[in-house]
Amino acid sequence: MTPAETPTPERGTARLAFRLLLMAAILSLAMLPVLNQLPVDSALHVSDFIVSIGGKWITYAVLALAIDLAWGYAGILSLGHGAFFALGGYAMGMHLMRLIGTRGVYGHPVLPDFMVFLGYKELPWYWLGFEYLPYAMLMAMVVPGLLALIIGFLAFRSRITGVYLSIITQAMTYALMLAFFRNDMGFGGNNGFTDFKELLGMPLQTANARAVLYYASLALLLVSLLLCWRITASKLGRVLVAIRDAESRVRFLGYDVTQHKLFVFVLSAMIAGLAGALYVPQVGIINPGEFSPGNSIEAVIWVAVGGRGSLIGAILGAFSVNALKTWLTTVAPDLWLFALGGLFVAVTLFLPRGLIGLFRGEKRA
Amino acid sequence: MSGGAGNPILYLDGVSVVFDGFRALNDLSLIVEAGELRAIIGPNGAGKTTMMDVITGKTRPSTGMVRFREHDLTRLDEAAIATLGIGRKFQKPTMFDALTAFENLELACKAPRGPLACLRWVLSPATRRRIEGVAEEIGLTSRLGDRAGVLSHGQRQWLEIGMLLMQDPELLLVDEPVAGMTDQETEHTAALLRRIAGERSVVVVEHDLEFVRALGCKVTVLCEGAMLSEGSIDHVQNDPRVIEVYLGR
Repeated sequence: MTPAETPTPERGTARLAFRLLLMAAILSLAMLPVLNQLPVDSALHVSDFIVSIGGKWITYAVLALAIDLAWGYAGILSLGHGAFFALGGYAMGMHLMRLIGTRGVYGHPVLPDFMVFLGYKELPWYWLGFEYLPYAMLMAMVVPGLLALIIGFLAFRSRITGVYLSIITQAMTYALMLAFFRNDMGFGGNNGFTDFKELLGMPLQTANARAVLYYASLALLLVSLLLCWRITASKLGRVLVAIRDAESRVRFLGYDVTQHKLFVFVLSAMIAGLAGALYVPQVGIINPGEFSPGNSIEAVIWVAVGGRGSLIGAILGAFSVNALKTWLTTVAPDLWLFALGGLFVAVTLFLPRGLIGLFRGEKRA
Repeated sequence: MSGGAGNPILYLDGVSVVFDGFRALNDLSLIVEAGELRAIIGPNGAGKTTMMDVITGKTRPSTGMVRFREHDLTRLDEAAIATLGIGRKFQKPTMFDALTAFENLELACKAPRGPLACLRWVLSPATRRRIEGVAEEIGLTSRLGDRAGVLSHGQRQWLEIGMLLMQDPELLLVDEPVAGMTDQETEHTAALLRRIAGERSVVVVEHDLEFVRALGCKVTVLCEGAMLSEGSIDHVQNDPRVIEVYLGR
C-alpha cells in the first residue's frame, strides 16, 4: 500500500487479466474429476490417468510453493526439501499400512507384512497412534517441522548461508535415505510401503477415492497459496526479502534474523510434509528413493523454471516441468536428465524471472 | 557540550581488536555523552570503521570494555544492540534494493521485530505520517514508491539516514554520510545532524573536514587504532601530532 501502488490503468487491467486467468486455471483444475465421470465416448471425458497424474502434480505444486517461500523470499536454498516431502509421505504410508489389517500376505491383524517377515513380535512404539488419520496427518507436519527446526536452528544460528546451507540440506536428505534403506529402522527398508488397500474406508483404486484425494490436494494447494500470500504480502514478507538480499543489514535494524528464517523454514517444511502425505496414497507407494538428493534438486528446478519469488510461478513451474517430464520420459526416456539440466541452464541464462516473467513482462534481474 | 562529568551514554575503555596480529584498535578509550554530537576523523586504516563494528556487535574486541548505558555490548549480537537503541549508517549505503523507499523506511520503523508481530503488522495512519515526515526531511517524498535500487547514490545516502531516523535510536553511528553528496546536500546533512543531536547522541565518521567544521562539535582524531587528539576542530587542526600524521600529508 505504498503511494506508488496507485495502479495505472494498464497495470490495473493486466492485474485483472492475471486474476481471471488464475480463476480459470483453478476452476478447470477443479473440473477434472467431474469430467472424469462423463461417459468415455464424450468429447469432454477426462481419463483416469489424467486425474491421478493431476492429483500427483498438485502435490508437487505444493512442494514447489514450500520451496519458493523459503528460497524465493527468504533466500534459503534448501536442496533437501524432498526429505520433508518424503517424511510426510512416510507418515501417511504408516497410516495406510495400519489400515491393511488382516488383508496382508501374512494376515497378521496388527503387524504389517514386512514386520512379520522380519520377525517383529509387536509394533515399535513410534508406530503407535498411526491407525488414526488425524494423528498421521499431524505427524506429517510435526516430524518435518521438527527436523527443519533442528537443522535450521543449528545452521542459522551459526550463520551458515548460501551454498553451505544447500550442501547441509542435501546431506540431510542423503543421510535420511541411507537410514530409511535399513531394515531395522522399522520403515520397510528398501521396499518401503506399498500394497495399500484403503483410506477413510474407501478402496484406493476407485474413481471415488481418486476424486477425494484429488480435491484434498487441490484444497491443500489453495490453502497453502493463501497462507503464503498472506505472509509475502505482510511486513514479514518484506523482512524475508530483506534477509534474502542483505542479511547482515537486517540485523543492524534490530531484527533477529535467525528467528525469521527458522519461522519460514519450519513452515515450509510442514507444508512440504503435508504435500508428501497426500502424494503417497495417490501413487500407492513410498520408499527411501523419495529421499534421493536428485528429487530435491528437481523440485528446486521447478521453482527456478516457474519463477522464484513468485508463488504462482512456483506452481506453474511444477506443472510445466512435470508435463514435460511425463511427455519426454514416454517419447525419449534417455533424454530426460539432459533436458532437465538444459532447461535449468537455459532458464538461468535467458529467463531469470522464470516463466512467470514472460507473463508479467517485467525485466527485473 | 564537551566532556566533563556529564551523562555518558557510550563508554569504551581500553578496547583492542587484533586481526591475525594486526591491531586494528589499540587500547582505545572514548566517552560519548547523552545528546552529544561527536565527529571522528583519521587517516585510512585508523580504525574508525572497526570502532563502529565493535560498538554495533559486528566485531568482538580482543580486550577492553564497551558499554552503552548499563549494557555490556560485548555480550550482545547485532540485533540486540540495535534494539537497545543504537542505529548505524554504513559507509557504503546499504539497504534493500528490491523494496521501495517507503518499504525500507517501514522496515526500519521502531516496532516489535518478531516474525509473528511482522505478520500481524498493520501500517497505522500515524506511522504512515511519520514515514512521510521523514521522507520530507530527507527530500525523498516524490521517490517513496520507487525501488531503492534505482535511486541515485546521494538519494541512497539520504534514504539510509532516513532509515536511521525511523529506528528512533538513542545513539546514531553515521559512517561517511556525505560521500557522493553535492555541497548543498552536504550542508543540509550537517544541519540535519546538528538538529538530531541534543535529543540523541550522534557519532559521525567523516573524511571531509569542511563538513566536520560545519558540524561544529568536539572532534576525536584516531590514528593506528588509538586516540591521537581530541577537542575542537581548531584545536585538533593545530595539534602538531595531528598535522604530522594526517593533515600535513
